[in-house]
Amino acid sequence: MDMPEPDGAILARQSEIVARLRALVPSEALIVDEALRRVYECDGLTAYRALPLAVVLPSTTAEVAAVLALCNAEGVKVVPRGAGTSLSGGALPVTDGIVLGTGKLNRILEIDLENRTVTAQPGVTNLAITRAVEHAGFYYAPDPSSQIACTIGGNIAENSGGVHCLKYGLTTNNVLGLELVLPNGEIVRLGGKHLGSDGYDLMGVITGSEGLLGVVTEVTVRILQKPETARAVLIGFPSVEQGGSCVAAIIADGIIPGGLEMMDRPAINAAEDFVGAGYPREAGSLLICELDGPAAEVDQLVETVASIARQHGATFLKVSESEEERLRFWAGRKNAFPAVGRISPDYYCMDGTIPRSQLAHVLQRMRAMSEHYGLAVANVFHAGDGNLHPLIMYDANRPGELERAEAFGAEILKLCVEVGGVLTGEHGVGVEKRDLMPEMFTEADLAQQQRLKCAFDPAQILNPGKVFPRLHRCAELGRMHIHKGAIPFPDLPRF
Amino acid sequence: MREVFEPTSLDELEQVVRWAVAEEAPLEVIGRGSKRGLGRPVDARAELRLARMSGIDMYEPDELVMSAAAGTPLIEIEAMLAERHQELAFEPADYGVVLGGPANLQSIGGVFACNLAGPRRIKAGAARDHILGVQCVTGHGETIKAGGRVMKNVTGYDLPKLLAGSYGTLAVMSRITFKVLPAATDRATLLLSGGDMTKLLTALRRAMGSSCEVSAAAVLPERATARSAVPEVAGAGRALAALRVEGTATSVGYRLDALMRVVARPAGLEAIRLGADATRRLWREIRDVRLVDALAPLLWRVTCAPTDAAAVAARAAPLDPEILFDWSGGLVWLALGHVPADAGCGQIRAGLAPGAGHATLVRAPEELRRIVPPMHPEPVLLEGLTRRVKQGFDPKGVLNPGRLAAAI
Ligand SMILES: Cc1cc2nc3c(=O)[nH]c(=O)nc-3n(C[C@H](O)[C@H](O)[C@H](O)COP(=O)(O)OP(=O)(O)OC[C@H]3O[C@@H](n4cnc5c(N)ncnc54)[C@H](O)[C@@H]3O)c2cc1C
Repeated sequence: MDMPEPDGAILARQSEIVARLRALVPSEALIVDEALRRVYECDGLTAYRALPLAVVLPSTTAEVAAVLALCNAEGVKVVPRGAGTSLSGGALPVTDGIVLGTGKLNRILEIDLENRTVTAQPGVTNLAITRAVEHAGFYYAPDPSSQIACTIGGNIAENSGGVHCLKYGLTTNNVLGLELVLPNGEIVRLGGKHLGSDGYDLMGVITGSEGLLGVVTEVTVRILQKPETARAVLIGFPSVEQGGSCVAAIIADGIIPGGLEMMDRPAINAAEDFVGAGYPREAGSLLICELDGPAAEVDQLVETVASIARQHGATFLKVSESEEERLRFWAGRKNAFPAVGRISPDYYCMDGTIPRSQLAHVLQRMRAMSEHYGLAVANVFHAGDGNLHPLIMYDANRPGELERAEAFGAEILKLCVEVGGVLTGEHGVGVEKRDLMPEMFTEADLAQQQRLKCAFDPAQILNPGKVFPRLHRCAELGRMHIHKGAIPFPDLPRF
Repeated sequence: MREVFEPTSLDELEQVVRWAVAEEAPLEVIGRGSKRGLGRPVDARAELRLARMSGIDMYEPDELVMSAAAGTPLIEIEAMLAERHQELAFEPADYGVVLGGPANLQSIGGVFACNLAGPRRIKAGAARDHILGVQCVTGHGETIKAGGRVMKNVTGYDLPKLLAGSYGTLAVMSRITFKVLPAATDRATLLLSGGDMTKLLTALRRAMGSSCEVSAAAVLPERATARSAVPEVAGAGRALAALRVEGTATSVGYRLDALMRVVARPAGLEAIRLGADATRRLWREIRDVRLVDALAPLLWRVTCAPTDAAAVAARAAPLDPEILFDWSGGLVWLALGHVPADAGCGQIRAGLAPGAGHATLVRAPEELRRIVPPMHPEPVLLEGLTRRVKQGFDPKGVLNPGRLAAAI
């Protein structure tokens, strides 16, 4: 993975830049010591590391603005960072830039139960939002498996999802307002507690922009009342194909489950070894289907799902009879990543999305690739929305294995695009999938995305080297290629 | 006479835009024309109509996805979805009549370009929450695509969301891929009465804060009830709160009972139930803004935090508007029977603190829409950002210039 060539002039000015930063933030908000900077050298994609010039931890929007304005004026790159759980290298530092961490922006600012909103600083964890409102029966719906650690700011940047997003939406569908600091230090506020604003949906593009457009300093999210009941159904099938067609049939029947997850045999066994959730080890695929709502409705839906499952050849079927049991059913799935981590020295988590009808085909091709690369793979799958997480198992201590795992992963993602899907469903492009972007987008598509970047960050100081395989200068992107008199009057049907 | 282009293919569409760019000739971009009166008037040299780029090119009900050319009539899409018991969950509103034209005219491109959602907005989101991918021609004269056809996708910036609500000022959408959802098999409405406006609005918020999964929540002042064609509403003779629940018959019945328990009885409100048909008719009237005077010269649409609804209405009271509250109070419709010089901005828009909501002048005579910005003006820094975004997509300003704001 090539990162942009570090700017020697900036590296040479490290101590001067640190001194200028020291004037803007309290001394405990500036990390310069090398050993302490090391803590920030990578995110959840640990294969890539880089030591930043300095780490700054502002505790107010004004400090964020001052730091950004300075960096923008001096050409110092800035990598925003929440909890560093990104799996795509989104928070990977650059050696000629600073890391701007949101660790001290960690306060919940307002809980408004009457309007069903919570306003928080970006460093508040996803789970802390639910914790702050659950006394009144409310929760924040998007629930990434990393929710204990990951921040709401990181969730905005990655447009994170969770097992409940089929029914309740991704981050982008649950955000009402944002405060954003632009690289030049300008502070803009978008949305609020109201729904629907005139003007461009900038909140919509900032969500999922991977820290490339600005630093989010405040977030207002929608909270929901917990469903009255929730029950999970565990369903085992002899094959992945049967599991896949059962998912299609559930949805074709008009049911949108609260959660609909699938695992293949290697993942089932890894999870079972780790948490003992009661999964059927011999099954070729396992579905976890959660139905939520009023008790009367849930009981009815459980019946319907069970009968669809039987029609599709289910060989194992168990309905949760208590809240404890429901949580146990989920525990295996929610711990699938660490479970695979226990049976393999290293694993590489992929994140493509495919049209669901392509599932059997994709898994079959993946098995062939697995043989070709000599690396095992376990699959967990947000089955309802087609988001696939193949976990490629490898050993980084064996020469060449990491490279093989990466090549295998890239081939899977290309396959996802080939069948009508996309490179990433929720983990982001980051550095990891950056060079695969041309598989999905033309030069013109990518140029237009970068023009959007230029509207926010003309000097391109924010998170460089991420998302886009080639950086173009904004002036170059802005140039028009069509000139007066070049195009004849269109010869088209008209009135 | 202005030229009117009606391309029939992406190629032809691209040709028109490239010509406009080369000639720096502003285009008025129009789907089927149902919402031309919404926004600032566009001074264009030519019209670009998408009506002949029409047709559904992909529909996979089990995958909850459809793709259609931008000019496809919405009614065609809704009919095809209905055959498979599916729908557009955001309940697209039809402003045809309110804007002085016919109903049932609008195109799917217009629905997404204006991002207008109906009563189910509070539960299911707006058009922007359902768009998955677009193909479009930018003001650089280039065809690009963004997004995809799958439900979960974070590959690159979410440009489809940016184009939703951009009123054709950034790019001309040629094809749109969107999410569709199963339609509920049953529905009912609980009509509450016997309290003043504050009490009824509070009831809406209480209902939305319950686990009853209310899919729409409105308050109809007495004047609004009189305009309804639903007898139970028209005959109420006093203000009503309306709560809609949708789902299976068992679930609907159960949740209506629950709403009686947690909302109606504690507040001492009287309640009656509307069945599925009346429910459908009532919420269509609310969705299409038919419960305030459709002929009133001025119509304002104010979004705010639900708890601010009463204050929005109180500030507008000197203008004697007809009022309708939707979205649990988060959407306030104000129809004015007369035309103050500032169109009522002073009472309606000026009272909204920055970030507290937006006031859109949906219906007003053309001359007035040149003087009073129909779209809520943005604070200066945000306006600068908006201008740079526009510049990045349409540097020559040929796509619907001035429609969103004079400077855009
Ligand atoms: C075990 C595990 C399980 C996971 N499960 C899921 C899952 O189920 N679903 C899912 O979607 N993801 C999942 N993830 C990925 C990850 O947790 C999410 O992407 C998360 O949102 C990242 O949040 P963070 O605070 O750690 O952000 P970081 O990793 O620190 O940063 C992520 C990106 O956000 C940017 N950023 C952070 N804060 C800001 C800010 N305030 N302003 C602007 N940009 C900012 C960074 O520059 C970077 O590009 C998982 C990760 C792990 C390790």
